[in-house]
Amino acid sequence: MIWNALLLALREIRRNLMRSFLTILGIVIGVSAVITMVTLGNGATQAVSDQIASLGSNLLIIRPGQHLGPGRDSAGAAQFKVADAEALRNQVSGLAAVVPVSSKSVTLVAMSRNWSSGVTGTSRDWFATGKWQIAGGRIFNEAEERAGAAVCVIGDTIRRELFGGQDPVGQQIRVKQFSCEVIGLLASKGQSTMGNDQDDLVVMPLRTVQRRLTGSVDVATLMVSVRDDASMDTAKDQVTWLMRERRHIGPGDNDDFAVMDTRQIAETLSGTTKVMTGLLGAVAAVSLLVGGIGIMNIMLVSVTERTREIGIRLAIGALEREVLLQFLIEAVALASLGGIVGIVLATLASIGGAALMHVPYLFNPAINLLSFGFSAAIGVLFGYVPARRAARLDPIEALRHE
Amino acid sequence: MSEALIVLSGVTRSFGSGAAAFQALRGVDLTIEEGDFVAIMGPSGSGKSSLMNILGCLDTPSGGSYRFRGLAVESLSRDQRAMLRRHALGFVFQGFNLLARTSAQENVELPLLYRGEPAARRHELARAALASVGLSGWEHHTPAELSGGQQQRVAIARALVTGPSLLLADEPTGNLDTERSREIMDLLAGLNREQGITVLMVTHEPDMADYAHRIVRLVDGRIASDMRKAAAPAEEGAR
Repeated sequence: MIWNALLLALREIRRNLMRSFLTILGIVIGVSAVITMVTLGNGATQAVSDQIASLGSNLLIIRPGQHLGPGRDSAGAAQFKVADAEALRNQVSGLAAVVPVSSKSVTLVAMSRNWSSGVTGTSRDWFATGKWQIAGGRIFNEAEERAGAAVCVIGDTIRRELFGGQDPVGQQIRVKQFSCEVIGLLASKGQSTMGNDQDDLVVMPLRTVQRRLTGSVDVATLMVSVRDDASMDTAKDQVTWLMRERRHIGPGDNDDFAVMDTRQIAETLSGTTKVMTGLLGAVAAVSLLVGGIGIMNIMLVSVTERTREIGIRLAIGALEREVLLQFLIEAVALASLGGIVGIVLATLASIGGAALMHVPYLFNPAINLLSFGFSAAIGVLFGYVPARRAARLDPIEALRHE
Repeated sequence: MSEALIVLSGVTRSFGSGAAAFQALRGVDLTIEEGDFVAIMGPSGSGKSSLMNILGCLDTPSGGSYRFRGLAVESLSRDQRAMLRRHALGFVFQGFNLLARTSAQENVELPLLYRGEPAARRHELARAALASVGLSGWEHHTPAELSGGQQQRVAIARALVTGPSLLLADEPTGNLDTERSREIMDLLAGLNREQGITVLMVTHEPDMADYAHRIVRLVDGRIASDMRKAAAPAEEGAR
């Protein structure tokens, strides 16, 4: 009986191709919107996680200030000094490196071109900690670091913008009032997930930046890399405890600095993208519901239009439940067809969108199955009322209908 | 001797209630033997259609009893009546009532689909039924591509394909010209004669009623006359 009803429903869909197409359009759009949004959202989440993981999973980042909200002036918290980095290095066990970082936005001039970028003042350990590769030249040595020499390692974007096709190593860059020799070139890391260019930077010894650019001995950020064999949580606790002591924070008072580990940052960021994914998916789901109402509309119209046909079927001996089943299956078949077309469209849109957004395309079987199941369920839900109306028709009235 | 195919006793049918109530049938007693060919005539409003709907198990009487092969139809449920129509009755309508945009073949297969016949048997039976009404070679034409007479033949094939005991024809020639009407009537008469199918036909054209063996006239919901032209075929019906 189900097989018969399916056969009847498919014949009916084939008989009215144009109407069937218009009916499923809403479902097609709904399903493809849901799947595309969720797939791209998942891709973005994955990309963020990958990015953070490329920093290394054993990194602590310490910044002054804690809360950004009202009630506390985060800008008021004291900056770090190089001595803080020294203390961490000497007193906390299990650390691979402690890297002080100080940055400044500047205009760079070379070969009569200029470019606005950021200068990062740091120690040699910065390169290994950030997993940077050297594409040419070298990084600064200990003597240059101690002396605050006017040397720099540049990112690939700086090379392109200032030197074009030429080899930048050995060239000079003017930064504010001083001239600085390019001794090395970083291998390109490309664009980050958040859309900023990771190669747009100039790296100098910390002391050079402090003396010639910021004019203070402050350190904005401390990056701490923890050895693989050491516990991340222990290191974090020890770092926090030491920094509280050095900054004279009494028991019960809040920290005036923040220690973040990369895992935590990854969780925060992917949490954000997950919320976005959920919201976009929810909006798309509403359109799926609207598509379902579209099906109900068309089915109701179809029942009226086909009253005489239903009369014929009833007269030649169709049972009430057979007519119900036929219309129900017709609605479900239409909705499922919409689901399948939607999945195909969504796959194309997701692959295209992922390429455009520079995020990986992740096929998600769960969301595809869920959307398909949901569209079929919509067929049942919104097909039932018209189907019942058709089944309950009085055959005599239905046959008389013009 | 077994009971007649159809026994109506004191059948009434009223529509509405109270002062506005309308009595379409006011007590009809009618017995129809298996294998007969009966024409029901009468002016409009005489209750022809109401009687036909009750005989076709599409409607139930308000009063009285209708026994089809000894089965009390008025006590059957809606679905039971549908099963009775499916297995024992065939319908031919004035307006043909074929499914649009559907080939003759598929139209004829429709009742077989509800019977759950397998595809191969459906095709075979439908083709045979179409051949028996002279439409071999027209299987894949849709109603729009067929003349009125041909459409009515398809409708007759659809009614016949299940091998019914009773064929109910409601003004089968009402939409056809004289020549086509005669063809259809010859076809019905032939089916009755050769296959022993009981045919019950409503018509208001005396020419068409002449094909029947028995003419029942209705006036104001009552049987006014019941004329037999030819002897009822004796004890037939096993098919």
